[in-house]
Amino acid sequence: MNTGINVPQIQRFGALYIASARLKSISKWRTIIAAVDIGNPLFYLIAVGIGIGVLVEQGSGTSETSGIKYIAFIAPALLANTAIMGIMDETVFPTIEGFKWRKLFFAQNSTPISGRQIALGVYLAALCRGIFSVSIYYTLLLAFNVVDFGVSILLVPVAILGGAAFGAIILFAAAKIEKDDQFFNILSRLVIMPMFLFSGTFFPLTSMPIYLQPIGWVSPLWHATELGREVAFDYGISNVMFLTHIIVLVSLVVVGIRLSMSQFEKRLAK
Amino acid sequence: MSNPLISVRGLTKVFGDFTAVNGIDFDVAKGESFGLLGPNGAGKSTTMRILAATSTRTSGSVEILEKDPELFGPLVRAHLGVVPQQDNLDNELTVSENLYIYGRYFGLSKKFIKGKIEELLEFAQLEEKRDVKVEALSGGMKRRLTIARGLVSEPDILLLDEPTTGLDPQARHILWDRLFRLKEQGVTLVLTTHFMDEAEQLCDRLVVMDKGSIMAEGSPSGLIKQYSTKEVLEVRFGSDRNKEVATQLEQMCDRMETLPDRLLMYTDDGEKLLEEIAAAKLHPTTSLVRRSSLEDVFLRLTGRTLIE
Repeated sequence: MNTGINVPQIQRFGALYIASARLKSISKWRTIIAAVDIGNPLFYLIAVGIGIGVLVEQGSGTSETSGIKYIAFIAPALLANTAIMGIMDETVFPTIEGFKWRKLFFAQNSTPISGRQIALGVYLAALCRGIFSVSIYYTLLLAFNVVDFGVSILLVPVAILGGAAFGAIILFAAAKIEKDDQFFNILSRLVIMPMFLFSGTFFPLTSMPIYLQPIGWVSPLWHATELGREVAFDYGISNVMFLTHIIVLVSLVVVGIRLSMSQFEKRLAK
Repeated sequence: MSNPLISVRGLTKVFGDFTAVNGIDFDVAKGESFGLLGPNGAGKSTTMRILAATSTRTSGSVEILEKDPELFGPLVRAHLGVVPQQDNLDNELTVSENLYIYGRYFGLSKKFIKGKIEELLEFAQLEEKRDVKVEALSGGMKRRLTIARGLVSEPDILLLDEPTTGLDPQARHILWDRLFRLKEQGVTLVLTTHFMDEAEQLCDRLVVMDKGSIMAEGSPSGLIKQYSTKEVLEVRFGSDRNKEVATQLEQMCDRMETLPDRLLMYTDDGEKLLEEIAAAKLHPTTSLVRRSSLEDVFLRLTGRTLIE
């Protein structure tokens, strides 16, 4: 043995090795990712900013939206949703692929790298994708004059926190499921879609009947959206709610990633 | 055996109410080429995953390089090269990227891996494919790349689970040649197979496994000597007559196995036995004299054929 394998070093940095391998794979899709990440915001900014937004503002003025343009009102939600979708793509697919389709995780786990490090590495790479997507979106918001450059930049970390919270939980779910046939259908139709519609995205959560509001309470998107509106536009939520949003999102990240790490370890050791 | 690289005692693995591995013992010495031979479901792959320090055991003890793989997983895995039954290469990356990424998982320096890649591409005869995406490779090439990948860290032990299953005969022979070279270089090989010819070609010593237990242990020739005769006469009388003549034939040889389509007669001199059969006016439709193989050993030990 003259290769100089340094196991303590791998135990410290293994997750970063996995993340950098994931980023290499992700970068193979850069053209498609860039097209989606630029195209998607453009469609929304045109459809909502010029179309629906005008209609809403003519109908109710801006009384329901704290005096800001409708497109600006929904911008924090669109940003957080972008982070959620990007991070979901880079957690769900690689995880099912890693355990089932290509079994890449088993190859990675044949090296000194542990299952826990694989989970963390996949998650870190997904966060990078989230940062990339949200940054593009934010740049377009500036270009379309939806937000002014300044304090609104805080929308970026808030959106990523929302995506990170959702991503940590979905990473665990993807590592947990053994039969993937209906997973994507259920996820996109029964989780993502209602979350997007009922998280105070297009109208304040309080304007919905009380029995529908719990969808928002458990939705990382709602917490990130409320937080975003507050930091960017002084939306006027109480300090208690402000802290609650942060605590909920951070807790989801911590709980989700801990569950994911042990689930990866458990499933690989079977 | 002084200081074996691998030492297994009473190894047992239970999944729910199914016992995949049932109290097996064996040692593997440095530089040895050791095989686990058995049919599908014998517990070979489960044993390999435990040796690879990735799966946990239910009971028994395992020591690899004098360490318990369950307690020192990363430390043990740093010394192993693993070639799984199913290629788990990254299809989206090229041949050389796959080797590079894998080397990085061992924390190896870029400089070291770059040099190693050249050596491994040559070994795997994939120099011309270095920048080709893995999904475009043939089954044999993927297999060779998986083996090359397992060698990137210069492991002390190379674990190969069914290395040639699913390959065509030509690809198998290329692969055997590559593995034989590693053996010559002194790499310790542990492999599972359900191909008796593979076990005979590559293994210095092997254990025959069935239903989670070890049935016999020895060198391929030693096992054949112990459990079979020198030669085997295979005769066919047609499926209906096989049974009729079986009793009469059984008297003429040391031992006989009745398979659905043919009779296997164990003897030290096949040609002489065939003459005796002809003299008894029993005329088989086809006959074949061959030397005994590990297949016969397995049949003797379990009453079943290896590939069912």
